[in-house]
Amino acid sequence: MSDSAIKVEGVSKLYRLGEIGTGTISHDLNRWWHRVRGKEDPYAILGEENKRDTKGSDWVWAIQDINFDVKKGEVLGIIGKNGAGKSTLLKVLSRVTSPTKGIVKSSGRIASLLEVGTGFHPELTGRENIFLNGAILGMTKTDIKRNFDEIVDFSGVERYIDTPVKRYSSGMYVRLAFAVAAYLEPEILIVDEVLAVGDAEFQKKCLGRMKDVSVNDGRTVLFVSHNMAAVRQLCTSAIVLKNGKLVFEGTQNEGVNYYQSSHNTNSEYIHDGNIEDALGNDNIRLLRFEVKPATGNVISVSSGFEIDIEFFNAKENINLDVTVEMKNTDEIVVFHTGTVISDDRSSKRGIYRVKTAVPVNDINAGVYKFKIIFGESQRYVLYAMEDVIQFEIMNEASGSNSSILPGIMRLQVPFETTFLK
Amino acid sequence: MHTKKNDYTFVIKPKTALLDINLAEIWRYRDLVLLLVRRDFVSFYKQTILGPIWFLVQPLLTTFMYMLIFGNIAKLSTDGIPQILFYLAGVTCWSYFAECLTKTSETFTANAAIFGKVYFPRLIIPISIIISCMIRLAIQVSLFFIVLAYYLIFTKEGVHITWAAALFPVLIIMMGLLGLGLGIIFSSLTTKYRDLRFLLAFGVQLLMFATPVVYPLSMTSEKYRWIIAANPFTSIIETFRFAFLGSGEFNLSYFMYSLVFTLVLLAIGVVVFNKVEKSFMDTV
Repeated sequence: MSDSAIKVEGVSKLYRLGEIGTGTISHDLNRWWHRVRGKEDPYAILGEENKRDTKGSDWVWAIQDINFDVKKGEVLGIIGKNGAGKSTLLKVLSRVTSPTKGIVKSSGRIASLLEVGTGFHPELTGRENIFLNGAILGMTKTDIKRNFDEIVDFSGVERYIDTPVKRYSSGMYVRLAFAVAAYLEPEILIVDEVLAVGDAEFQKKCLGRMKDVSVNDGRTVLFVSHNMAAVRQLCTSAIVLKNGKLVFEGTQNEGVNYYQSSHNTNSEYIHDGNIEDALGNDNIRLLRFEVKPATGNVISVSSGFEIDIEFFNAKENINLDVTVEMKNTDEIVVFHTGTVISDDRSSKRGIYRVKTAVPVNDINAGVYKFKIIFGESQRYVLYAMEDVIQFEIMNEASGSNSSILPGIMRLQVPFETTFLK
Repeated sequence: MHTKKNDYTFVIKPKTALLDINLAEIWRYRDLVLLLVRRDFVSFYKQTILGPIWFLVQPLLTTFMYMLIFGNIAKLSTDGIPQILFYLAGVTCWSYFAECLTKTSETFTANAAIFGKVYFPRLIIPISIIISCMIRLAIQVSLFFIVLAYYLIFTKEGVHITWAAALFPVLIIMMGLLGLGLGIIFSSLTTKYRDLRFLLAFGVQLLMFATPVVYPLSMTSEKYRWIIAANPFTSIIETFRFAFLGSGEFNLSYFMYSLVFTLVLLAIGVVVFNKVEKSFMDTV
């Protein structure tokens, strides 16, 4: 039977939204007064579940009542959407901030890697920074000296080791920084998405090193990532967080599947109830906007996806048209396409349904959102709505490369190869 | 090797005891202290021609300025001590204290980026600052000793070293701890209330005039002397001058008052610091 390395019991963290500073003295005094009388924090009661899109109290539970147990030598993947509380949990575990409630017990030292290159000083040389950064991460001078050659070797910046790091290229900087972190030797290692650095070759090297740490050295690793392929590859178990709560606990494959199937919840807008209350105006009421995988349960680069829209049109006898516009998170328009619903002034008052599909392997993995525009005679806007829905296209390995390829498009075009000479 | 099922070495809890400094942990991070000191020292003079000599320029120029303004224009007494020695002693001690204070008071705000990503005992930063300042002080004190040696050997001015010179290490530590104690209180409070930063900036300047830096304690009138003497730094600087210049006198009760004041302030500082370091990331 293996012992547990970290035991998390009922950990919660309350955050205050809005501006900190104004009115805090009175709040502080009020809290202090409640504490003196042995009562519960008056503001903690107001704390709400962490949902970013609904407005409510100023106090929010970033994580709420988290319980889990990690065995020694296990690699636990922590997955969840942005804002699900992953970072807060890591901050609590790495002692950057203390929990509002609950307790964490660990056997052995925890080192956290929430960022690479913490404390690097631009004026100091690579050599000096290896020692400084190593010490900040909790290594002693002797530890660093022992691993120094390997660190330099791993980073591949040997030639510049006595040059101030301000002269480094950003790639060299990051490689050096990760190299230091790669040789940390704690019993428990917490890694945030620091793997998203460097070129593909270096990323592979980092993943390899992480695997090495857990498999060969038998250390416990807590790994937070959005890269599901990396979670499947590296982890032995996984937990899924949603709105600050732990919603799933199991093996890494179960966790990833659970996350991917539950993840696309806001990839749909469905209105039920009175038509008058739906999104829209007197001309148009949007009743449904859904994005669904064309095959399988998950929208991925190889599943293709369908767009399914239902709306109520109030204007009779006009030339009605509808356009959808898809943007990525950098606000770059991926496509802007639409269809004419009626071109001979024949629109009817009532509910229409419009469907289309985007072919397999056209668009790369990533998060995208849709804008919808209803127009008259392709000239006047009847109603337009930004960011109606947001959804994610999951990555899938292409050949032996499991990381997300660059580019907005992910075309699979036939190549023709001829040997010439 | 056998480990018990519930043999946990670290526990993270919401609140801890009032005074909970893990000295063993700080000791384990001693290499970090040294590396931070080295970083401060090295980065200070990187890409300069004069290098560490810059540590001497500031006290010298300040001393000359004081000689001109307080010594020759305002004609303040220096207790019969050569002006350069009198002011240099004051400036050296005061700038050490002021630097310890202002730099430690920025502990949380200046290091928020590091503190937000990595855990190490937060007291490491103020401790390393005090040691960095001490290195600077060592350079400046040697300048003072060189000037002192010149006056002792080549002139017949009324300068003499007294028994109190044996208190020198105690004085240095007291100055440092006073700056540290006050500094960490300020740094803890500024995480939430930034107003204090502005108060501190000119507060340090004003405090200098409430301390016998540019004038001797003997010059103050009997009526107001208690105000000056209530300042814990007064007796430190007076003792320093008495020790090396033989001016003024050594007052044991003032000295004990400063010592107790320093220790109490430090204790309060550590308690406040301890409380704030747990959650300052949420408010900074």
